[in-house]
Amino acid sequence: MIETLRLYLSHSFVVNALIVGVLIALCSSLLGVTLVLKRFSFIGDGLSHVAFGAMAIAGVLHLTNQMLFVLPLTVLCAILLLRTGQHTKINGDAAIAMISVGALAMGYLLLNLFSASANLSGDVCSTLFGSASILTMTRTEVWLCAVLSSAVVVIFILFYNKIFAVTFDEDFARASGTRAEAYNLLIASVIAVIIVLAMNLVGSLLISALIIFPAMSAMRMFRSFRSVTICSAALSVTCALLGILISILSGTPVGSTIVAADIAAFFIFSILAKLKRKVG
Amino acid sequence: MPQIQCNDLTLGYEGRAVLSGLTFTVNAGDYLCIVGENGSGKSTLMKTLLGLMKPLGGSIQWGEGLRAAEIGYLPQQTPVQKDFPATVREIVLSGCQGRVGRRPFYGKAEKALARANMEKMNIIPLANRCYRELSGGQQQRVLLARALCATQKLLLLDEPVAGLDPRVTAEMYDLILGLNREGVTIMMVSHDLEAALRYASHILHVGSEFFFGTAEAYRSSSLARRFLYAEGGENA
Repeated sequence: MIETLRLYLSHSFVVNALIVGVLIALCSSLLGVTLVLKRFSFIGDGLSHVAFGAMAIAGVLHLTNQMLFVLPLTVLCAILLLRTGQHTKINGDAAIAMISVGALAMGYLLLNLFSASANLSGDVCSTLFGSASILTMTRTEVWLCAVLSSAVVVIFILFYNKIFAVTFDEDFARASGTRAEAYNLLIASVIAVIIVLAMNLVGSLLISALIIFPAMSAMRMFRSFRSVTICSAALSVTCALLGILISILSGTPVGSTIVAADIAAFFIFSILAKLKRKVG
Repeated sequence: MPQIQCNDLTLGYEGRAVLSGLTFTVNAGDYLCIVGENGSGKSTLMKTLLGLMKPLGGSIQWGEGLRAAEIGYLPQQTPVQKDFPATVREIVLSGCQGRVGRRPFYGKAEKALARANMEKMNIIPLANRCYRELSGGQQQRVLLARALCATQKLLLLDEPVAGLDPRVTAEMYDLILGLNREGVTIMMVSHDLEAALRYASHILHVGSEFFFGTAEAYRSSSLARRFLYAEGGENA
């Protein structure tokens, strides 16, 4: 097994996949707590469907670098969804459901009507579930992913205290002079970037798992915001590494293997938390 | 020069007025209780003063260099906070957010301020405990310490004793009174009219009828007698 692994690791695309995978896993776990506690989980899920629709359009248009098209569109939708949630009379949840299901349907329709590909269901499946797209990235895409995920990590560290304040108590933060609206917008945009990035790793249907599972696992065990954040980042990176390695060795799809590792970690943490409570 | 001067204020949601013709002043060091029936617009008034919503009409003037960043707010508990993983220290420190401006991290001054306010609220032993595991009274003290990090001048308290048992309620009122004696202006929305009359210097009664004046004057007004009677009737 070690021999096979060494053989695979001598290929640069495998090493690239590991590096990009770790970076994406790291930044996707950071905002998990905020997403869950601010009731933004739905936005994350909706946006991943929007990203699928955008990917379909990019595919139909034969764009060489799809990310440059998908990213701005998803960020735009993130901002729109946040606004509908706050300002209009339309129920925020309903608006998100409409946009996300609509994007999913239109994306599939477009692909069916215009795609020149011989293997349409294969294409759709790989966009939805990731399959092996992380292994087939071009050099530019690898660099783009690395730069964007590092940017997400830096932004998160710089705005850590403000994100905490806005997540814990938005009214208080606003009353004491923090521009909560601006930070909500920042959070939504960062989520959009994370989703577009994570699409490469696990596909658009499984993104929420990558964002939410590590945070939920960490919340079982730890009590401070900082330790929960650090633990969920570490957990996410570990699961992504394990998932990618297992999928290379046993030929399983990358995305669902990573999510399976996340699910396993969640159950292990749940059991550990129960034991800890009994002891303590 | 008053700290807050409200002139003919009209409040409400989406163009529908909940309260109108509100005129009152709050001076430094006052202890103002805002009372009224359920749904009379007490919380709406609070939100407007905090700048979370805009008044439909009239004006609010802030005096003595009071900026938005200098209001401390003790909100009612939100569902989010019930399962939030955060320690007491993290939460109290977040009260300093208005002070740090564009700086990304808290400095020595903010950390010292947070510690001083935790000491004042007697929650130093709880500093590393998780907020969601504390009792109701402890949680309120944590939020009060956070509010004090945001201000030394004006505290807005929204039902600070809701859901607390009588002993803890009394402690909470003592804490608030202590802060008021140190010179912090208190504005408090309350259901507890008896306590309001015991502690407050001024009363603002909103709803179908309007009253603003000293607690003394309120006590002898016919409005207070009717309201007290109605409240007593509910409890009996």
